[in-house]
Amino acid sequence: MKSESPTGHQPPLVLSSAPHLKGRTSIERDMYIVTGALLLPFFGAVYFFGLYVLLMLVTALITAVFSEYICKMMRKKVFRMDGSAVVTAILFTLTLPPRTPLWIVAVGAFFAIAIGKEVFGGLGQNIFNPALAGRAVVGVSFPVHFTEYIAPTAPWLVDGVTTATPLAVGAAPYWNLFIGNVAGSLGETSALLILIGGIILIATGLIKWQVPLFFIGSVALLSLLLGQDPLFHILAGGLMLGAFFMATDYVTTPLTTKGKIIFAIGAGILVVLIRLFAHMPEGVAYAILLMNAVTPLIDRYIRPRPYGYQGRKMGAIR
Amino acid sequence: MTMKTRICDLLKMKDTVGVHPPQQKMTAGAVIESTQLPDIVTLMMKQHSGAPAKLLVKQGDVVKTGQLIAEATAFISAPVHATLSGEVKRISSVVHPLTGELTTAVTIVSDGADDWVETVMVDPDGLSREEIIARVQRAGVVGLGGGGFPTYIKLQPPADKPIHTVIANGAECEPYITADTRLMIENPERVVAGLQIVMRVMKAEQAYIAIEENKPEAIARLRAYLAQLDLPHVHLFVLKACYPMGEAAVLIREVLGVEVPEGGRARDVGVLVQNVGTIAAIYDAVACGKPLVERVMTITGMVAKPKNLLVRFGTTASHLIALCGGVKPGGDELLFGGPMLGIAQLSYDSPVTKSVNCVLVKQSIMKEERNCVRCARCITVCPMGLMPLMFYNYVRKTIYDRLAEYRLETCMECGSCAYVCPAKIPLVSYIRIGKDELWKQTTDK
Repeated sequence: MKSESPTGHQPPLVLSSAPHLKGRTSIERDMYIVTGALLLPFFGAVYFFGLYVLLMLVTALITAVFSEYICKMMRKKVFRMDGSAVVTAILFTLTLPPRTPLWIVAVGAFFAIAIGKEVFGGLGQNIFNPALAGRAVVGVSFPVHFTEYIAPTAPWLVDGVTTATPLAVGAAPYWNLFIGNVAGSLGETSALLILIGGIILIATGLIKWQVPLFFIGSVALLSLLLGQDPLFHILAGGLMLGAFFMATDYVTTPLTTKGKIIFAIGAGILVVLIRLFAHMPEGVAYAILLMNAVTPLIDRYIRPRPYGYQGRKMGAIR
Repeated sequence: MTMKTRICDLLKMKDTVGVHPPQQKMTAGAVIESTQLPDIVTLMMKQHSGAPAKLLVKQGDVVKTGQLIAEATAFISAPVHATLSGEVKRISSVVHPLTGELTTAVTIVSDGADDWVETVMVDPDGLSREEIIARVQRAGVVGLGGGGFPTYIKLQPPADKPIHTVIANGAECEPYITADTRLMIENPERVVAGLQIVMRVMKAEQAYIAIEENKPEAIARLRAYLAQLDLPHVHLFVLKACYPMGEAAVLIREVLGVEVPEGGRARDVGVLVQNVGTIAAIYDAVACGKPLVERVMTITGMVAKPKNLLVRFGTTASHLIALCGGVKPGGDELLFGGPMLGIAQLSYDSPVTKSVNCVLVKQSIMKEERNCVRCARCITVCPMGLMPLMFYNYVRKTIYDRLAEYRLETCMECGSCAYVCPAKIPLVSYIRIGKDELWKQTTDK
């Protein structure tokens, strides 16, 4: 029985369970902010190494998105442009040397998406950073192409002079390293542009500042202890890109801030160890991949303290 | 503060808690109105947590406003009073607006007179502790903040758990709702007098009135009133504005810096938390002998003229919305309570109960659920230091044994996690499934 009817016509009521408010967060928003932040170092790479870099990116993008589409179709899942394939493609491209043949770019991008991500069940399920998985595979499969690095050329030139990377030689002027005027992979070069991109991510709350700080800090400290030049080790190679864009990946790094700090320190130690003691000049990619593998273990034991919890050790909760 | 906590704070290892949904307090300046009474009320026999009240009237009986129509027979229960004078038209079984269970309800048709039972004003100072508690119980006072727990039980903690601090909860952290805020602005004397009664009953040493910093008018009003009375043991505590600041557990940590132990209650740390509306109702019950038949509710959202109304229990949402000018186009969701905790209603004819602080009409949001991307926002915002995504993981995989390990029982379902989730996962729903399963496991054993 109605006492009074509010406004004659009433639409049928929708039933849903609380909370009835949703924040403005979305996966797409996160991914496109990361994409935006990544475009800075990418355009830096175009500036330093020429337009061929754009071709590499286009190849990676098309392959990545297409691979994802195929995988989703095979798994009978819905394909969405959620931006994650775009981020993976840009990140993967940035790990490559400036004159990588396009077919290698395509193979790597396909591996990154199909094997690095979709095989595990798609976004959110993968254990390893897809871009780094792709980079590791092409690096190991086609090693010849990953020893030739060209020196930065005048803008818009396509040909370059082959040279060694600073890490292979062991020296370069700090200023050149900082702004990116050195030989190396596309995203390894300009610390400045990566820093700006990283600050965007921190300011938008997408990544925690503790991760790059502890990553870079532990590299600096350990290299200092081992008698190396810490500033050189920070600025040379892929450390900046790895610290801001890869060690901060949601999916493949620990959940808690404390866990993320452990991850960052572990990766930092591994970077120095690989650089100094392994038969490779650069180790950021492998350091992060190795820590990716440790992430489930970190998450198992590092947990926030629940409200009102009376014991001490969180890992011991049964 | 120890060195360790200082380092933790510096590194933000203790993650920040809570969320900041848009406030939408459009009725913050709307004076509480007592408005035209409805012609008919439907009174649920269960407007509180615990056992339903036992019916005392039958069809055709003539009742006065405030007359006892159902008594509490179990320990955890509360009596129900007629909220209009008139005739008992019908006794039926209806879907409870908050729990969804079939519940006995009494329908009273108004005689238009609003003829009250006699109420006697007394001086609360002259009453004994037992008399005060009895008056609170007889008046059917229950927690008006949303819980609906019978208040007289909270006023009688076991002898080995003395209460040293009373916190009057005026946080009102949920968007839209302004009922408590207006009550504090317009009737600070009832809140403070009620608080003094509670302090006396509990033999408490101190009391706090906790208000969020985004309610400056209420803070100023109470501060001025307290200064005027010069009560050395009653303090005003200004809270940071953040949802869910008004959850008792969060409030206790914020005000006193202590945590209620797992599985425990506020009284285990010597604290009693009462909503300010409940405290005003305690004053009405004790000093005025007035049974709980009405409360302040915020009628808001997509209605033409959002208002704060003094509402008799059992009034239908449609009557209240009509008093506010009707539903605006686009409103397709009716909630009893705020947008974070509110319960969606089947129909505009749902009657309000004692623990409904808000009638909210809004546009529904339906978002497709996606896979978790482990962004850990849910962990960052959880005020209880839990990992909501783990509950989602384990419930989805039906590995229920692990839920207890991650302290599912500590979750109070505030919904902060679901609010921030970029994958729009209904985490609270998963948590409820998990709690059900855990409960089944314990009852099976």
